[in-house]
Amino acid sequence: MTKQIKGILGSKLGMTQVWDADNRLVPVTVVQAGPCVVTQVRSAGKDGYDAVQIAFGTIDPRKVTQPMKGHFASAGVTPRRHLAELRTPDAGEYAPGQELTAATFEAGQTVDVIGRTKGKGTAGVMKRHGFHGLGAGHGTQRKHRAPGSIGACATPGRVFKGLRMAGRMGAVRQTTQNLTVHAVDTERGLLLIKGAVPGPKGAVVLVKTAAKGA
Amino acid sequence: MNILDSLDAASLRDDVPDFRPGDTLKVHVRVIEGSRSRTQVFQGDVIRRSGGGVRETFTVRKVSYGVGVERTFPVHSPIIEQLEVVRRGAVRRAKLYYLRTRRGKAAKIREKRDATPSR
Repeated sequence: MTKQIKGILGSKLGMTQVWDADNRLVPVTVVQAGPCVVTQVRSAGKDGYDAVQIAFGTIDPRKVTQPMKGHFASAGVTPRRHLAELRTPDAGEYAPGQELTAATFEAGQTVDVIGRTKGKGTAGVMKRHGFHGLGAGHGTQRKHRAPGSIGACATPGRVFKGLRMAGRMGAVRQTTQNLTVHAVDTERGLLLIKGAVPGPKGAVVLVKTAAKGA
Repeated sequence: MNILDSLDAASLRDDVPDFRPGDTLKVHVRVIEGSRSRTQVFQGDVIRRSGGGVRETFTVRKVSYGVGVERTFPVHSPIIEQLEVVRRGAVRRAKLYYLRTRRGKAAKIREKRDATPSR
């Protein structure tokens, strides 16, 4: 891991569209990025790995536990709601209390966005796994969205582990890779990221340098 | 939502005239051919307006050499140099899809007769 990773926490504001320099429409997700603070710098000598811990968001001071109060006090910052760690070899260049803004990124850069997807509740196999279901006609009765066969008979005499079935869908952590930063509004701390990012409006997302590519 | 609205406001044009389905419109479109750009005029009847805000679009239909041609533009598109309302039409629908099956005189839209003269 030699690549230097930059990142910032933010909240998703929603999607819209803007025109680029060639008058083409670009669908963008607007992320209110930061301001974040560095709360801890981890080093290989002390913690076994190099990383930066960043914090974001306001929190009611009464909700902060005593251990977390101490943790934020040692960095010299007021308590924040969300914490995230970025593993990067240049962690030593950060100092606790340092502020990070949307200016971390520049237009044209590729980024990965990590968030928690929208919860879909109990979903059938067609929605959850993209199964095709059974036919609409040809004598199919009350089984149009069913999975079909889930295994053989006496051999093996059981359903294999991990077989895709209906169940709880969504509300899981997801990374969307290689999105392009269309524009950065440093004044208002906005990132305009081309394409969709996981989660509902208002959700917390972590934007960081793309893991893949140069 | 406020921030998104102010972001959209930057992409909105303020020189869009008031027009509705049924109106005849001259759309001056900027066309870029290689390194030079010129203006092309597309004139026809507005058969629909759809969407709102920055993603609002309108469709203009004309009959060119006996072939119906429809072009859909975003209302706030920067490729539109100028929008000119040639005449206002009297129609009773918001979407004039019925024009597609009409030919010649049947496809004509009556001009709107207002108490107040159109601007």
